[in-house]
This record gives sequence, structure tokens and C-alpha cells, in this order.
Amino acid sequence: MLVGITILLVFQLIGEVTAYFLGGFVPGPVIGMAMIAVVLTLTGGKPLLESAHRQTLDTSRAILANLGILFVPAGVGIIQHLDLIRDRGLALLAIVLLSTVITLAVTVWVFILVKRLSGGYADD
Amino acid sequence: MTEGLWVYLATSPLLWLAATLAVWLAATGLAGLSPGNPLLNPILFSIAAIATVLCVSGIDYAAYFEGAQFIHFLLGPATVALGIPLYEKLSLVKSNLLPLLAALFAGSLAAVGSTVVFSRLFGFTPEVVASLAPKSTTAAVAMAISSGLAGDPALTAAVVVLTGICGAIVVTPMMNAMRIKDYSARGFAVGLASHGIGTARAYSVDPVAGLFSGIAMGLNAVLTSLIVHLFL
Repeated sequence: MLVGITILLVFQLIGEVTAYFLGGFVPGPVIGMAMIAVVLTLTGGKPLLESAHRQTLDTSRAILANLGILFVPAGVGIIQHLDLIRDRGLALLAIVLLSTVITLAVTVWVFILVKRLSGGYADD
Repeated sequence: MTEGLWVYLATSPLLWLAATLAVWLAATGLAGLSPGNPLLNPILFSIAAIATVLCVSGIDYAAYFEGAQFIHFLLGPATVALGIPLYEKLSLVKSNLLPLLAALFAGSLAAVGSTVVFSRLFGFTPEVVASLAPKSTTAAVAMAISSGLAGDPALTAAVVVLTGICGAIVVTPMMNAMRIKDYSARGFAVGLASHGIGTARAYSVDPVAGLFSGIAMGLNAVLTSLIVHLFL
């Protein structure tokens, strides 16, 4: 547990430092996410690192299984924008709904189209 | 005496940290009574319950956040932890590389592009447009992108959660109506459009959908932080 959380925080830290030097173009935790995926791939199967590997995976699963609660504190911040919601709430809801439906449709169609073109459904 | 106790507790981090955890556990228990009912979304329920208590009791957000920040802080390491499903499912990513990359680029452009176009059409200020633009990515990333674009991270957080809940509610009826049977495609779409909330929904529908949803969420976080610079 402690090893896992330390590894995640160290990768976040490396990500933040990298983001600082990139001028904040990509957020630090995102760089940390890409780096940890690459490092785990490179170090996978090394007996010396097996315990650290396992603990990182266990801690990550525990965090991701409870991902929802992490959005609550930020979401409650909506009470700072009650006037915007009262005046323009319907417009905001319309934008979110329209853009989410469009994004879902575009993504799923392109995925299926390209998978079909590249022979991904050959066994159908 | 009891009023003195309330004043004492309401300003200490302990009360709001404990309250957020307790409300969340109650909300997940409630959601478990009717599995698959997206209107009982525990995130939506928790936010509504806590926001109501704060508004009624006149506690400001800064006092609440003193306690809730300990939970909020974990968004950073949780974003890093999203690299783990990417690593574990590398073979699945490789075998679907073409559809995955094509859908990632198309979906990410659609998400940011449609949001920016619609919010400008509705006459929102540049600050609000910048706050809405990254709304399909996970909260930690969206807030970082928003503040980098001179948006308001608190508004971004609220809209990110709204987008997540919206996608989680819409995705199943919409994909059924479109007769999409490939759960890897369905999951990828909801993870790209609705980040972690969509991914939690996808896992509750189908494990393959959940997996592709997590992959989409991670990849879209990276791509959106680059793509927003094309629009803003």
C-alpha cells in the first residue's frame, strides 16, 4: 500500500516537473500516467521489481475502484456558480447534452468503421 | 452549547472530510438498491446532498474544501493510476490500434470542437468557453487545462461532473437505439466522452466496455490537453 502510493506520487511529481519545463502545455499527472505505463512495460517480469510492481497495481486498483468519490469535492464547487446556473443553466445543460451525444456518436461510428475496414470483424 | 459545538466543528477539516465519506457510502448503498439506474448516480447524489446542506446552513465552499481537499488531492495520483489499465491491457490496445487511434482523434476533436462552437453560439464569455472546452476529460486534467487557458477551474469541475453523469445516463439507451453491439466500441465512446464517471458506468454494464472506457479516458486526457490549443 505505502510502496504503491509512493510510486504513484513520485510519478506525479516527475510529471509535474516535466510539465513545468514544457510550459504547462500538458498537465503533470497526464505525463505521469504516460510515464508509469511505459516504465511498467519496460520493467515487467523483472524478479527484483516484482513486489513493487504488484503493490503499484494493487494500490492503483483500490484507487480506481473508488474513483467516483474523488469528483465530489470539486463538484460541490457548483455552489459558487449558482447565479450562472440560475441565469444560463438551461443553455449550459443544452451544450453539455448536445456535445456529449455528438461525441458518443462520432467516437463509436469511427471506431466501428475503422475496425471493419481493417478487418477487425473478420470472424463475424 | 450545541451552537458552540457546531461553530467549532463546522470550521474544522474533520467534519467535512467525514461528511463527504459518509454521504458517499450512503449514496453508493442507495445506488446498489437499484443497480443500473443511472439517475441514482452516487456522484450526482453526493454533490446534491452536500451542496444542499452547505446552502441551507450558510457554510461557504472554502470552509467545506478545507476538509474535502484531502479527497480532492487524490485526483492527481488517481490520474497517474490510469496508466495501470493501459499497461495491463497493452495487448488489447495493440490489437485494436487502428480503430482506437482513429476514434480517439475523431472523438476528441468532436468533444472539444462541439463544446467551443456551441458555447460561443450561446454567447458565453471567453472565460466560460475555456472552462467548458476540456469537459470530456477527467476532472484533474480538465481543471489543469482550464486554468492554463485562463478559465475557471471550479466551473470546469462542475461541468466535468455534469458531462460525466450526462454520458453515463445517455450511453446505454443511445447505443441500443443505434444497434451498436460491439462493447469495446461502446466502452471506448463513453470513456472518451464522459471520463471516469462514464468508465464507472461502463464497468457496471460489461467488463470489456469498462476496459476500453478506461483506455479512452487515459488517451483522451493526453490528446485533449494538446487539441484545446487548436480551438482556443
